[in-house]
Amino acid sequence: MRYLPLTEADRGAMLKAIGVASIDALFAEVPAEARLDGLLDLPRVAGEIEVERAIGHMASRNLAAGAAPFFVGGGAYRHHVPAAVDHLIQRGEFLTSYTPYQPEISQGTLQYLFEFQTQVALLTGMEVANASMYDGATACAEAVMMANRVTGRKKAMLSGGLHPHYREVCATYARFVGFELTAQDPAPGADEDLVPLIDGETSCVVVQNPDFWGELHDWSALAEACHDQGALLVVAVTEIVSLGAVKPPGEMGADIVAAEGQSIGNALNFGGPYLGLFASRDRFIRQMPGRLVGQTVDAEGRRGWVLTLSTREQHIRRERATSNICTNSGLCALAFTIHLALLGEAGLVRLARLNHTAAVRLAERLELVPGVRLVNRRFFNEFTVRLPAPAAPVVEALAKKRVLAGIPASRLYPHRPELADLLLVAATETVTGDDIDRFEEGLREVLS
Amino acid sequence: MNDWSRALSVDRAEAQPGSGATFSGNRGLQIEEKLIFDEDGPGRCGVDLPEPPPFKARLGGIERHGPIGLPGLSEPQVIRHFTRLSQKNYAIDSGLYPLGSCTMKHNPRLSEKLARLPGLADIHPLQPLSTVPGALELIDKLAHWLKILTGMPAVALSPGAGAHGELCGMMTIRTALEARGDPRRRVLVPESAHGTNPATAAACGYAVDSIPANARGRVDGKALEAKLGPDVAALMLTNPNTCGLFEDEIVEIAAAVHRAGAFFYCDGANFNAIVGRVRPADLGIDCMHLNLHKTFSTPHGGGGPGSGPVMLAAGLAPYAPLPWLVHGANGLELVEHRAGPAEAAIGRLKGFHGQIGMFVRALAYMMSHGADGLRQVAEDAVLNANYLRVLLEGELSLPFPGPCMHEVLFDDRFLQDTGVTTLDFAKALIDEGYHPMTMYFPLIVHGAMLIEPTETESKATLDEFAAVVKSLADAAHAGDPARFRAAPMLVPRRRLDETAAARKPVLRWRPEPANREAAEAD
Repeated sequence: MRYLPLTEADRGAMLKAIGVASIDALFAEVPAEARLDGLLDLPRVAGEIEVERAIGHMASRNLAAGAAPFFVGGGAYRHHVPAAVDHLIQRGEFLTSYTPYQPEISQGTLQYLFEFQTQVALLTGMEVANASMYDGATACAEAVMMANRVTGRKKAMLSGGLHPHYREVCATYARFVGFELTAQDPAPGADEDLVPLIDGETSCVVVQNPDFWGELHDWSALAEACHDQGALLVVAVTEIVSLGAVKPPGEMGADIVAAEGQSIGNALNFGGPYLGLFASRDRFIRQMPGRLVGQTVDAEGRRGWVLTLSTREQHIRRERATSNICTNSGLCALAFTIHLALLGEAGLVRLARLNHTAAVRLAERLELVPGVRLVNRRFFNEFTVRLPAPAAPVVEALAKKRVLAGIPASRLYPHRPELADLLLVAATETVTGDDIDRFEEGLREVLS
Repeated sequence: MNDWSRALSVDRAEAQPGSGATFSGNRGLQIEEKLIFDEDGPGRCGVDLPEPPPFKARLGGIERHGPIGLPGLSEPQVIRHFTRLSQKNYAIDSGLYPLGSCTMKHNPRLSEKLARLPGLADIHPLQPLSTVPGALELIDKLAHWLKILTGMPAVALSPGAGAHGELCGMMTIRTALEARGDPRRRVLVPESAHGTNPATAAACGYAVDSIPANARGRVDGKALEAKLGPDVAALMLTNPNTCGLFEDEIVEIAAAVHRAGAFFYCDGANFNAIVGRVRPADLGIDCMHLNLHKTFSTPHGGGGPGSGPVMLAAGLAPYAPLPWLVHGANGLELVEHRAGPAEAAIGRLKGFHGQIGMFVRALAYMMSHGADGLRQVAEDAVLNANYLRVLLEGELSLPFPGPCMHEVLFDDRFLQDTGVTTLDFAKALIDEGYHPMTMYFPLIVHGAMLIEPTETESKATLDEFAAVVKSLADAAHAGDPARFRAAPMLVPRRRLDETAAARKPVLRWRPEPANREAAEAD
């Protein structure tokens, strides 16, 4: 077996040194009834050729986004990732290291996480960010739980524009962790008036920007209303590239930002691994979940970095920890950091403009198709259209024409007939004019 | 020049020949590297993107106005920056990484290659399922391997890492108990458990009750029996446990837990010690998460991403979180909502469908090894740990004598009266070119040193490591604690002041002079 260095001679010599006759002696404490004598009913050892062939075959059965005009978003976006990103994250010193528990020999990881925390804080307009969470949805649930700790209250309210997966994850956590959750009905393209619903028991209001339907909002007034009642405003961002063009949550008065960072540096990967971003105000840091990297000095007075404030964490505080999270999304955070370093201020701003341009052009073209109506008034790189027919079969028909046309709302809200005709459509910098032509033509054919 | 790097003056560099002092602050291959924010060149950019054609924006007045504050760098600067950072890291690629309980084994590069195939990396979780049959097949194949290896009938695939899997498992247990009208409030957790276990039980709304270990480093069966009662929801046990020992009374423990009407949760972090030789189902386990980054060698990546599938007994399977992959009339179907067979699902624990990129890597690892190779993995992991045990037991102190499983636990009795602590000893190993073992965990022995060599180390590597550890033990006994307290000396940073970092946290870069003021205020 190519990954196992011990030879039969080594094994014999080692057993002799240990003083046992066979390897079985080292498993003697396994109860006899639970010992497996033979091999399990699975294939035997296989070389690279066989494994590559088998998994390559599975891969070939999927329609890759790059092989078709592609307009799917809904919390995961296809952006171009520069070649340098993947090269760097595959350096073994990054790829094959562990959580930086020994800071003297982990300064590489610690420094990039410090840079990552800074980038996330800058992008979101917040004061401080952690070293990542599993994904945007779990970051959102952790944000609600943090707001509960900060306010000492247990009642959270979710906007109808919050991504349904985020909403469902929050609901699962609420049920088991034990807090009250109210969620507004989805209201595509509308301005929700959440202010009257906030009261003195509300711990937080969770909104999204751009919201799930692609609609942009300024949540500043809502932030004020929250603060008047002693509640926090949590803003979720599922398309982090939007912050190259859109007013950041920090400027709107958000107290916690929970975001999905996949868009920068990370592939679609059929939904994971992704990258939860988590940012907050300085005064709440001791209630934050997850790892935090902090700056310090070494014994010679040189600047360096360590994991810090770990008394919040499970390995120190055990059942009194702020979260049970341990491993997070280190390598995805590295990809994000590198991609954003390459983009810089000028690159991110231009990337955001390119995305917005592509979406505006797409919207203009789809609005020309008879019976298709744009639901949004303002949007970034994703919007919702109302079709003259249920969206799911339209998307299937377009897929047969090898156009990946977006997400029918019914995929996420199957029990809401009023949403059945809605189609969520995204366009990033990877979309070409030809792609838009094919989408428009295909849609005309399918709807006619 | 970045003045943080503290280049020495010419005088001092000349005054200390051979001291390692340099004009630049660099030390040969150890380069002092600035932050990207210190390298900003306004307008500089590492990507070339076209200027958008004129168009009418539809942001509706919600534009960003002020600058973000991100630095501008070119591609060569970025490549050099992150290459230099990488060179400050220890990694399994560069040497033995015997971090007990973490399973730092070789990461096959085939896994990386396959995870990047466009048909797997470049597919969207919400594109029509009719366009991704191969992805569903891959998930199903992974589930099949995991079910056969554990003997358990169902698996929940969406958890993002081990701790998330624990949460998932405990949620299904709580739901099953509530479904039978028997909500309970306590969860039993051994003192030797990973910190995530009590944190998870608490997050799931349970009171945590700690169980002591016996003199043999296993769960004290009598103490456990005494704590079991009608309000106990579950026992969370790691097996092999965090002392590297097999819980030899596990079948009796499982029976006692079940007699009390509770569920038996197993933390599967150490499944790598028994894969192919023991099926957890045969031990009476009802629920167990697997850390794909441990047993199945998906890269640890400096702290993730992980993946924590949860194996479930038949009585817990109906409560598995969404989505479910089921064999339907038309082949594989992804059930994304509470309906049909998934009516009782606990809901969603994570966005989308799980860590698919990690599934690809784990499946490639399992297929490469096969049933025979995986059994050999467990055997070689256990053999390597026991070999280190016999090489070192004369020098270091073993709290629980006798054979171990995949990792061997020492305590600090051998350092008694030397003035050297476990921490000092570990830091001295760094100067010798090794990543230290896990220190001060588990908590049930004093000054714990937990060594896990894994199956991907050669005998020669273990012999060399043991010789170095012995030499260090001899040096400690020879009465030179100062060299230990000063260690490490030869790596990018000496010991870092963690107290200062926590007292006045600096968690991000800020533009001058704010940054400087914050630092000086320390």
